[in-house]
Amino acid sequence: MKFSVQSKAFAMLLSVGLVAGCSSTGDTMEDGTYGSDVAAIDQEGGSTVYGGMDGEGVSSSDLSDDQRQAAQQEAEQVALRNITVFYFDFDTSEIKQEARDVLIAHARFLADNPRQNVRLEGHTDERGTKEYNLALGERRASAIQRFLIVNGASRGQLETVSYGEEKPAVHGSSESAWAQNRRVELVFQ
Amino acid sequence: MNTHNAYRQGFPLATALTALVLFMLVAGSARAELLIRITEGADSAIPIAVVPFAESGAMPAGDKVSSIVQANLTMSGEFRPLEPSRMLSLPAQRSEVYFRDWRMLGQRYVLVGQLNRSGDRIEARYELFDVNREQRILGETAGASVNSVRTLAHHISDRVYEAITGDPGVFSTKLAYITLNRTGNDTRYRLQVSDLDGKRARVRLESQEPILSPAWSPDGKQLAYVSFETGKPVVFTHELATGERKKAADFPGLNSAPAWSPDGKSLLLTLSKDGNAEIYRLDIASGNLTRLTNHWAIDTEGAWDHTGKGIFFTSDRSGGPQIYHMERLGAEPKRITFGSRYNARARPDAKGEYVYYVHQRNRAFHIARINLKSGEESVITRTESDESPSVSPNGRMLIYATQRNGTSVLTVVSANGGAAYSLPAADGDVREPAWGPIVR
Repeated sequence: MKFSVQSKAFAMLLSVGLVAGCSSTGDTMEDGTYGSDVAAIDQEGGSTVYGGMDGEGVSSSDLSDDQRQAAQQEAEQVALRNITVFYFDFDTSEIKQEARDVLIAHARFLADNPRQNVRLEGHTDERGTKEYNLALGERRASAIQRFLIVNGASRGQLETVSYGEEKPAVHGSSESAWAQNRRVELVFQ
Repeated sequence: MNTHNAYRQGFPLATALTALVLFMLVAGSARAELLIRITEGADSAIPIAVVPFAESGAMPAGDKVSSIVQANLTMSGEFRPLEPSRMLSLPAQRSEVYFRDWRMLGQRYVLVGQLNRSGDRIEARYELFDVNREQRILGETAGASVNSVRTLAHHISDRVYEAITGDPGVFSTKLAYITLNRTGNDTRYRLQVSDLDGKRARVRLESQEPILSPAWSPDGKQLAYVSFETGKPVVFTHELATGERKKAADFPGLNSAPAWSPDGKSLLLTLSKDGNAEIYRLDIASGNLTRLTNHWAIDTEGAWDHTGKGIFFTSDRSGGPQIYHMERLGAEPKRITFGSRYNARARPDAKGEYVYYVHQRNRAFHIARINLKSGEESVITRTESDESPSVSPNGRMLIYATQRNGTSVLTVVSANGGAAYSLPAADGDVREPAWGPIVR
């Protein structure tokens, strides 16, 4: 597999999450204070950076903590939403545990943006029959669709289509190619 | 050409069709043709001498009628034609046949004939002899235009086959299949129809989006198939003579797995408009739909049984795909395959003896068949990535798609798995063969 959902999500969280967290809260920061400074700010709870701006000590420090936390959460959500491909085991349409947080992030985003539509494209590997795979690809797309609806997206935003085994992400007949081809792709429209 | 865009932008169907037709004319027919490779012969094959036919008048260039007959009989896996170079004489009619000579050569049957050209037609007189009984078992004439020598040769092959085996020959039947070419980012799916030996191939539809599941109407005049040209799976029917196409099913979700009823009046379809993949019967004239399955599992790949009253289909209601039989529409389905975790895409023969299907064993996919009387399941292919079995109308041969050197090719085997020949595309993949009906 090119990358696992888990490891990519984690890396995105670390990088995008921290940087975005700074930029959205650090109104008084000048350009160039990012990078290595980010870690220091984080360790010290932000008080040294924000202190000059706020007149009233503790409470203002709490507020900026909240803001920062919210921004960081938002950044985490953005990072999660960078993942738009979800993988499945052979002949199953069961959503993997590690995909759930990512899908919840997508569902929340869709709930917050009701005009955003998504096409859920279901795929299978090349093994087995083409017509059964067409139905299996659709079942995978429908499983994702249901999960998104349960978590806040509305049905009208979600269109499913199955390509069965017709559009592999990776050509070839190896376990690795098959694993990358058993998938649902979210295509934002 | 891009049918996909044409539809999306809302061009009228006629415009899109014109584009298609134009492109079909451009597509080279030689490139479209399949090559034939005989990979093995059956031990039990019947020895027959197809004597080169005598000729009077100018014959068209290309393969000789008797050579085509000989190739056809070889292809069936049931005959072992004698090399003409080993023949002691080349008789053209009864008075010239010396049975002792043919017995000496170990032959059981001898076919002789003569071709006469008059104007732009060719008339064939041919006779088939049983060497042991020293009897003529067939003596007929047949004619065709000079441009249709292959049609004439296939007809003679059918008559010879039937005279010897008692079953109708299938050499005049057609194959439909899908070829797939990928060049860089360009992908071309082509629905093609050819003779059984891959000759006379014609592209009927070309698209950058997938074309799947071609299915013949029982009169051989139409194909139904799934095309993604509008961005989602839609079932079309396609009149071959005129190129006229109609959308048979374009519901939300899946529209797939078309199969014509024996009377040609309805189609089995897999639709997911009511939630998940279920099998429906579409009455073509009225457009009425009848739902035939009702289960949370996948139900697909419907195929009529030989009675025309019941259907076989694939369902994963037991956990993995298995084949079920519904004896009458609406009756409780009975599971018929048990041999492995994956059995799918049933194709019954016309006699109700066997059902052929895709069968997974030890990670490989083979074609297997089940004897409906005994319930015995047996694997009949030795290749390992086998898909899309389609039975000949006489039940004696089977065509399927398999992988060779990373390319998809078609392989024809005798129904018991004995003999085989393959039909690779000259270029790219060829898959999803559908064996056409006998057209009388």
